[in-house]
Amino acid sequence: MSAHVPAAKPAIDLSRLRYILATDCGSTTTKAILIEKVGDSWRQTQRAEAPTTVEEPFADVTIGVSNALTEIGELAGRRFIADDGTILRRRNADDPEGCDIYISTSSAGGGLQMVVAGVVAQMTAASAKRAALGAGAIVMDTIASNDKRKPFERIQRIRELRPDMVLISGGTDGGNVQQVVQIAEQIAPAKPRPRFGGEYELPVIFAGNKEAAPQVEAIFGGKGEKGFDLSVVENLRPTLEEENLGPARDRIHDVFLEHVMAHAPGYDRLIAWSDAAIMPTPGAVGDILQRIAERDRLNAVCVDIGGATTDVFSVFGGTFNRTVSANLGMSYSISNVCAEAGMQNVLRWVHVAMDERELRNRVKNKMIRPTTIPQTAEALVFEQAVAREALRLAYAQHKEFATTLKGVQQQRTVGDLFAQSGSGQSIVDDMRLDLLVASGGVLSHAPKMEETAAMLVDSFEPQGFTQLAKDSIFMMPHLGVLASVHPEAAMEVFERDCLVRLGWSIAAKGEGKFGKRCFAYRVSGAVTASGELTCGDVALVRVGPEQEVEVVVEPASGFDLGNGPGKSVTRRLKGGTVGLLFDARGRPLALPENEADRRALVARWAKAWGVLA
Amino acid sequence: MAKAYTPGLKVSAQTTFRARRQLPVSGEVLVAVGARVQARDVIARTFIEGDVTPVPLASLLSVPASDVPSLLLVKKGDQVATGDVIARTKGIFGFGKKELASPAAGVVESVSATTGQMMLRGAPIPVEVKAYVDGTIVEVIPNEGAVVEAEAVFVQGILGIGGETVGPLRIAVSTPSARLEAKDIRADMKGAVVVGGARITAEAVRAAREAGVAAIVSGGIDDADLRDVLGYDLGVAITGTEKIGITIVMTEGFGDIAMAVRTFAILKSYEGREASVNGATQIRAGVMRPEIVIARRAGDAVPAQGARPEEGALEIGTQVRLIRDPYFGILGTVVALPTEPAVLGSGSKARVLEVELEVDGARAGDSNAVRRVTVPRANIELIET
Repeated sequence: MSAHVPAAKPAIDLSRLRYILATDCGSTTTKAILIEKVGDSWRQTQRAEAPTTVEEPFADVTIGVSNALTEIGELAGRRFIADDGTILRRRNADDPEGCDIYISTSSAGGGLQMVVAGVVAQMTAASAKRAALGAGAIVMDTIASNDKRKPFERIQRIRELRPDMVLISGGTDGGNVQQVVQIAEQIAPAKPRPRFGGEYELPVIFAGNKEAAPQVEAIFGGKGEKGFDLSVVENLRPTLEEENLGPARDRIHDVFLEHVMAHAPGYDRLIAWSDAAIMPTPGAVGDILQRIAERDRLNAVCVDIGGATTDVFSVFGGTFNRTVSANLGMSYSISNVCAEAGMQNVLRWVHVAMDERELRNRVKNKMIRPTTIPQTAEALVFEQAVAREALRLAYAQHKEFATTLKGVQQQRTVGDLFAQSGSGQSIVDDMRLDLLVASGGVLSHAPKMEETAAMLVDSFEPQGFTQLAKDSIFMMPHLGVLASVHPEAAMEVFERDCLVRLGWSIAAKGEGKFGKRCFAYRVSGAVTASGELTCGDVALVRVGPEQEVEVVVEPASGFDLGNGPGKSVTRRLKGGTVGLLFDARGRPLALPENEADRRALVARWAKAWGVLA
Repeated sequence: MAKAYTPGLKVSAQTTFRARRQLPVSGEVLVAVGARVQARDVIARTFIEGDVTPVPLASLLSVPASDVPSLLLVKKGDQVATGDVIARTKGIFGFGKKELASPAAGVVESVSATTGQMMLRGAPIPVEVKAYVDGTIVEVIPNEGAVVEAEAVFVQGILGIGGETVGPLRIAVSTPSARLEAKDIRADMKGAVVVGGARITAEAVRAAREAGVAAIVSGGIDDADLRDVLGYDLGVAITGTEKIGITIVMTEGFGDIAMAVRTFAILKSYEGREASVNGATQIRAGVMRPEIVIARRAGDAVPAQGARPEEGALEIGTQVRLIRDPYFGILGTVVALPTEPAVLGSGSKARVLEVELEVDGARAGDSNAVRRVTVPRANIELIET
């Protein structure tokens, strides 16, 4: 017989684990996976999903969790949910019911929504934004003394936004006190009302000049005094040259759990059910990507394209960055993608004629009924075209954000520091990118692997040799939170069941006229192939995931595949489910202006890469 | 699995409608439990704190922040008018004194000796809450508002523009598939809630605005026309605060799509009656749909009580609406719920159901004119009764 979830959580004995249940409570769908010990290995064995039930009429997130876990139980032939809807626990090794641990991530209720503030937009406020994004938050607005708004406009804005939490930074330790106190003075009278619970005291985290802390404490008052719950952590920018985001990020996680989630419908029960701290979904994805990049010493980018938002994560030279493009997504935000990119840019990826008026109505209909899926081949082509533009825009935003510390170059005068606003160099370097991981419905659930690979290459425009992979069934969040309990199991499942290696993008950087020689390639080993590509050409060589080959590419002068313009590159590598995608379209990727030529070329590329039969 | 949950829009000829009417901040509730109220009655009132104007005294007077308190001519809690002198420097030997006039009217809320900044709180702003629907007060929320209850007709739309309004229902077209055009808007529709059939044209919206129509309810609108009406492209579906002088509710979606026959029939049967309409829509976490509410009266026909499907349950016989191309907008009845996923035309695998269409499938461009079609379960919604 199984036991119901105990109220107190005993320490987890990793050696006796066999059944791990993990859920990700998204805004619309709660996704559950079962991870089982099969022989000596950890494997993801079942997956199920159910609508998230954080909204009325249910207003209890655990109902959706129970529904998803019930379905997992039906698929696995093992009961995980008791008659009263709670999770069953395995009592002993022979127990035919229940799991050993249950863990979860969440972005239900729209995720963690924050306002950040700092003194200078390009310095402390930018660092505060990075800390919040790194913790998995959506940054609703960034307040700064130099944000060109009048103080009352800032106050009005904070009032309207109703954030879950506010992070205030500003001033280096021992530096200016006055400006950061001024910012605090403007946030306090705004008295932002929280989204959940009338009695809720709005959490404010202060991570600025430590000498300003007493005055900030006086402004916000103690617990129960002025409607704020202030916590003070180490300065996230103790000196101009140094960023110390860890303490602020950790505090955001804690506050998210203790305050924000605890007030969301049903979360008190979910927290009681869970054997590890519930993580914000993007925070968990970021964690697992950092672990992989660190272990394999890779520069990696991961994209998670959702219905409302697109998250981009990167690790370059060990530095982690995350951005959320809040209004780029495939359902709730699909109309915004078309508006921002322009319909012409979306349609450039479509190889057949489509009626623009009709498409505009379809886009809006998808926005208002976000859970629908493309039924026809034509609808899928259009949806994947929109995805390319959403990804392209999100990646551009990420590159702009993921920079070396802004406001810092060499030690110069203060005047110099201000003069170079916005001049930080992006640390995202497409030529140094080793691994590009795709996640999110339109990428993970594309009917053909070739479609996912083509979407990635078209929108990210990787250069040189870049391995392409996808999250098979969107389980990176689950594995991120699992890593906090059982890192070995998480990494094992990541390699075996999560990551589907699609193959490699082998793309030349440079520009040239169509028809001009771009590069020659030679593949030897398990597969033999060779060819020469002219500008505008693409080719696919099928090399399976377990097949090892040597690839030699010889670019024409002016084209670079990793060793500099005109220099040949030799790599030994394993293939993937798609293979090696040779790309001589040049960077930046350009398409013909003429409509008929463009359609013909897009169709040719799609055929060459196996997207079209 | 015999049942599947899928969200739908509510269209009900008789339901108990409750509106929780609350002030944003504490105030005075003007009604008691049991009171009968009309939609336009004010039921709670308050004043919210005025806007804050920060006055950077130290920099305006060119003095250190710590000197500011000693230069003030007003104190915390004082009321000041625009132009009142609020601070004066001491000058040198009494000469060269600098005075500072208040840039705004308000009450001195705080003065900081750290920053030298004064916060002036402007005059309170009145806020009122109306009943919104004819009904009875069933609960008073002390200092906040009340809950109004009414036996009502309740129709949820799919997307709206603009906020709350009230007016008599006027049916402007003869059938639910008729477009609502400018010629259908008449001068005597001022203040009315005008019901169309299928697509509303931009010209019809313009004519309605000119005629002073309170709201338009219709099946659909072209995206191009909506852009024309709003003056911008609607990026995300979070609406309700538009100031376009009219509230618009679409019951079905974008394009030339007829209003559901049942919705049209219900609205038509209440022509002339007061309808409360709210266009506010939020389609993301915390979904909010636009609505049309008509309080029922004694003597109104009692709608037939057919066998009601379990709320939110998808079963054979359930009435559904197809919500994705190529069958967008067509109504039908579920005839099979296969358990195994099927491969779609797009190549994706998904759980599906079979639907017997109410109209010929050929209308949606299906050359075989089939009446029974297979669609993904994600692409239907329940018609709740």
